[in-house]
Amino acid sequence: MSDSQRANGSDPSSASNAEPLLPILGQSGSTRRTMMKGAGLTLGLAAFGKAISPLTAIPENVSVAEFLQQHYKELSSDDKKTILARLEAEAKENYGAEVSISDHRPIPGVKFGYAINLSKCNGNGKCVEACHTENNHDRTTQESYIRVLEMDKGSMDLETANTTYTHTVPQDDKFYMPVQCQQCDNPPCVTVCPVEATWKEEDGIVVVDYNWCIGCRYCEAACPYHARRFNWEAPTVPTDDINPNQSYLSNRIRPQGVVEKCHYCLHRTREGRLPACLEACPTGARVFGDLNDPESEIVWILKNKRVFVLKEDLGTQPSFFYFFDS
Amino acid sequence: MIGSVAKVHWVLLLAVGVLAAAAGTGWAWRNASEGNSTASSDDKVGRLSESFSDRKKRLGESSYSGLERKLRGQRDKFTITIRQPVGPPRVELRAPNSLQRGKPITVACSTCHASRPANFANRTPADLDEFHQDLTFAHGNVTCLSCHNPDNYDTLHLADGSSVEYSDVMTLCAQCHGPQTRDYRHGAHGGMIGYWDLSRGPRTRNNCVDCHDPHAPSFPAMKPTFKPRDRFLNSTIDAKKGHSEVHPHER
Repeated sequence: MSDSQRANGSDPSSASNAEPLLPILGQSGSTRRTMMKGAGLTLGLAAFGKAISPLTAIPENVSVAEFLQQHYKELSSDDKKTILARLEAEAKENYGAEVSISDHRPIPGVKFGYAINLSKCNGNGKCVEACHTENNHDRTTQESYIRVLEMDKGSMDLETANTTYTHTVPQDDKFYMPVQCQQCDNPPCVTVCPVEATWKEEDGIVVVDYNWCIGCRYCEAACPYHARRFNWEAPTVPTDDINPNQSYLSNRIRPQGVVEKCHYCLHRTREGRLPACLEACPTGARVFGDLNDPESEIVWILKNKRVFVLKEDLGTQPSFFYFFDS
Repeated sequence: MIGSVAKVHWVLLLAVGVLAAAAGTGWAWRNASEGNSTASSDDKVGRLSESFSDRKKRLGESSYSGLERKLRGQRDKFTITIRQPVGPPRVELRAPNSLQRGKPITVACSTCHASRPANFANRTPADLDEFHQDLTFAHGNVTCLSCHNPDNYDTLHLADGSSVEYSDVMTLCAQCHGPQTRDYRHGAHGGMIGYWDLSRGPRTRNNCVDCHDPHAPSFPAMKPTFKPRDRFLNSTIDAKKGHSEVHPHER
């Protein structure tokens, strides 16, 4: 037994004179706690004063919007050029490839639509491969924006679909349904993004700003078509395999920790070219075009074929259609 | 006292918020990229409850901006090229099952057929006894001379007897395959490469025999060559064996 313990335990009269062991509620007086509160209040007020100090510097006749805009900067075309040059330099540094990154804007008056002929698709997966190489996907995971679902004929149960079949196609009792981003007119993935890093553009393409995305993956969870992909690691692409024709919102090499998705090959389609998956399809099952052009192939299909959209009941209003020959 | 401390916390929160808004410098590609998006969002409000059939109809009809784009002078400057067979095929000059080695000699059809009278009794390669027996033939009930021209084997012939060049083989196919021809004419059948927008570049389309062997036209079976590797999947898992922990969709 130590001396202090012996003193406390053996002499009760000395304990009553000392400070109470536990604080007594309602007892007034200057304590350490009130001092800390005072200090906290002072600090808080000082921080608040510092925080609002820029407001005192607002010149006269300047609105709040104008004031904040100086700080929430809208990119000028010069800013964009600087950023694109920086990204090109990064690609050179990290992947050793000379790439050209542009910023393809929507063609005015165009609204893209895509249709797949399920009577023709035989599940060979050439589209998956074309997407993989066109869009500088990670070679390790053999990532692609397209999944081809092998399903039982007469069934539309996506839960039982098989995506990793390796047998000869087509099997007699199966049909094949490629699924990629449906470019919804009412996209749930856009609604849930907490930082507005993904949005729908005028030509209907839902895009992702890979440098604005925080990687929370809400959009991945919100998408009913399982169309978004997450870069768990920085993509590995051999220098020689890199597609140098790139765009900011499409196939430039994505950083680690961001979400990506099919963008209808906007670096091609906004130049008027067909998407890579369409050109690769050996069965001719894919049809792409302008929904606003009355003479386009896609509009003819909508008017004349049996067409459906995937999970229509969810109200996502896809710009992606499936049709049959007869 | 407790109340005032809570207030201090709110003040601090507010201060942090104002700091973030005032001092933070945002770089927004989105705002810089987007033009005037109010019109499209107004459209959207009215359309959220639209049924698919209504929407399909609207997408098929509302073509104003597409027309407008064309009227603004962005007319199609480029054309669609349909690939064509180069001409009459060349046939390897050897008997079936022969052990001939080296580079095969090829000859035109007329090399032999010009001097051999056509035998209408031969319906399929199986009926032949000298050449072409190893040809895989699976094209309905048609016979050799349904398409090949007995008067000139370097051409084909239509149902009315008029001859048609090999390069125009699509005219021949179209006689029987009406729905496919209709779909082809509307761009809904057959592969293509190039430009969807003919005001910006040309397009090349396959012809019938690029994909369909005229003697056995059903599209051949294929072997999938490329599969994404799901990171949650053990790559050694066989599709048949399955895996209890794997979600069926990822199987």
